[in-house]
Amino acid sequence: MKTVVVPLGPFHPLLEEAEYFKLTVEGETVVDVDLKVGYMHRGIEKLSQSKTFDQVPFLVERICGICSTSHPLAYVNAVEDLLGVEPPERALYVRTIIAELERIHSHLLWVGLAGHFIGYDTVFMWAWRYREPVLDLFELISGNRNHYAMMKVGGVRRDIPEDAYPKINATLDEVQKGTEMFIGAVMDDPVIHARTKGIGVLTPEAARAYGTLGPTVRGSGIPDDIRRDDPYAAYERVEWKVCTWDGGDVFAKAAVRLLEIVEAIRIIRQCTEQMRQGAIDLDLQNIGPGEGIGHAEAPRGEVFHYVRSDGSPKPVRHKVRAPSLMNIPSFKATCIGQQVADAALITAAVDPCYCCTERTMVMEGDRMVLSGGDLVAMSRDKTARIRDALGSVPPVEKLVKEVMRR
Amino acid sequence: MTSVLDDLRSELGTRLLQVVQKNPRRAYVKLSDADLPAAAKFLLGRGGRLATISGIDTRNGVELLYHFAFAAEHVMVTLKTLLPKPLPRTASLAGWLPAANWSEREIHDLLGVTFADHPDPRRLLLADSWPEGVHPLRRDFKGLPDENRGSAAGAVSPAP
Repeated sequence: MKTVVVPLGPFHPLLEEAEYFKLTVEGETVVDVDLKVGYMHRGIEKLSQSKTFDQVPFLVERICGICSTSHPLAYVNAVEDLLGVEPPERALYVRTIIAELERIHSHLLWVGLAGHFIGYDTVFMWAWRYREPVLDLFELISGNRNHYAMMKVGGVRRDIPEDAYPKINATLDEVQKGTEMFIGAVMDDPVIHARTKGIGVLTPEAARAYGTLGPTVRGSGIPDDIRRDDPYAAYERVEWKVCTWDGGDVFAKAAVRLLEIVEAIRIIRQCTEQMRQGAIDLDLQNIGPGEGIGHAEAPRGEVFHYVRSDGSPKPVRHKVRAPSLMNIPSFKATCIGQQVADAALITAAVDPCYCCTERTMVMEGDRMVLSGGDLVAMSRDKTARIRDALGSVPPVEKLVKEVMRR
Repeated sequence: MTSVLDDLRSELGTRLLQVVQKNPRRAYVKLSDADLPAAAKFLLGRGGRLATISGIDTRNGVELLYHFAFAAEHVMVTLKTLLPKPLPRTASLAGWLPAANWSEREIHDLLGVTFADHPDPRRLLLADSWPEGVHPLRRDFKGLPDENRGSAAGAVSPAP
């Protein structure tokens, strides 16, 4: 059969990285995938060598626009490992609250985009509606919705004000209600099951071999989580569990993320109860020579930083490794043998890159036969076909109709 | 901690040139690059996960650090090896370890280390128009000549 090359990507403003997937397809089936990155290479590691230790958090905060606190957190962990110091207890709790709030809004963003893509626009709207109050909390705490500038070597840059706690608790109640509704809807919906179960399976062996991280590896049933495996911030002081799901398919990765939202809410509640007044910063002056490794469990997986100092005010080397660098190559293991209509969903399940689909085209020679919009439509049609065949109305939409009637 | 390091010691013996346990959760092991694949295989078999590879250009050569995470023991063991300049070269792990594939390609782009027998030695991060043999994380890198700048910014779209 004739093979056709389908380019996916490379650019989309929502991505933390732009990527390009070259899918080779035979009919509806993907037979090979080639990946290309580097379109957005900004030379952050090189830039970091020209910043002082205190300036670097502001730089690395801008590596990712969605999980913006993960990189500064991993960096301060690395410098504190270099120095052999531990920040004051209250700073550890503040770090944990910020990191977990970020996990909630990042996972909700993913749930919304995933819903949109398979043709559940109500899921998209509801997920983003619950994400919004979390961003409001960030604004209340830090003055900014997305780049919070909270992390600092030796502590945090500002405290969470006392009058913020009632608002935090009220928002968590609201988000928890919404997430529980989603979990009920997703776990029970036969159409979502048909659309995501058994699709893009990452076996535990492949997950290990590619060194995948975060919900991608936990969706293959492997309980890897840096928060437990190399504890930092206040994760040793609160009770929580590592969320995993067996199967390795799109459904499993979605389930892990939904469960993690609930777990994050539980962590934040314990932090706000346990934390006591006190210092939030060690006021470190100089960083001596040495080397340190720091990592943090970002919403997408482990963020890894290595810092070496020669005693001068700037790092001589600052190595950064984001989780997508390990997760994206696993598409080789998950896309081949799948349908084109599912390829975008499989890549999205890793959460690097949902909306590169908007830039997708199918080419035959030089002629464009399908646009990105067509591929999204194909995916949505497939859901509609399954829905018709099953003859069911999905619970979320039923719920929305119920609300509309009232 | 001691158990991973002890096991590595009994496996490789005097081939470990220096072992530094910085704190209970971090250890750094120096060894020659010829012994690195054996040590890496041993650590992976012992339950380690290759987190990433860092490269550093130093006065004496390009230093590579292979960071292995051990979830159950809560430790990171870093294997360090030094490759002499001007043509740093070592064996690739990517043939049998997919997790090393992109890290090695990244180090080749940025530091000019050649990984022998790499299954896919294409450029990973630098733009297609970036000149061959120029590596931005080398200490002697002082920027590109002006004529390269415009084309580097323009040549970003891949051929479909």
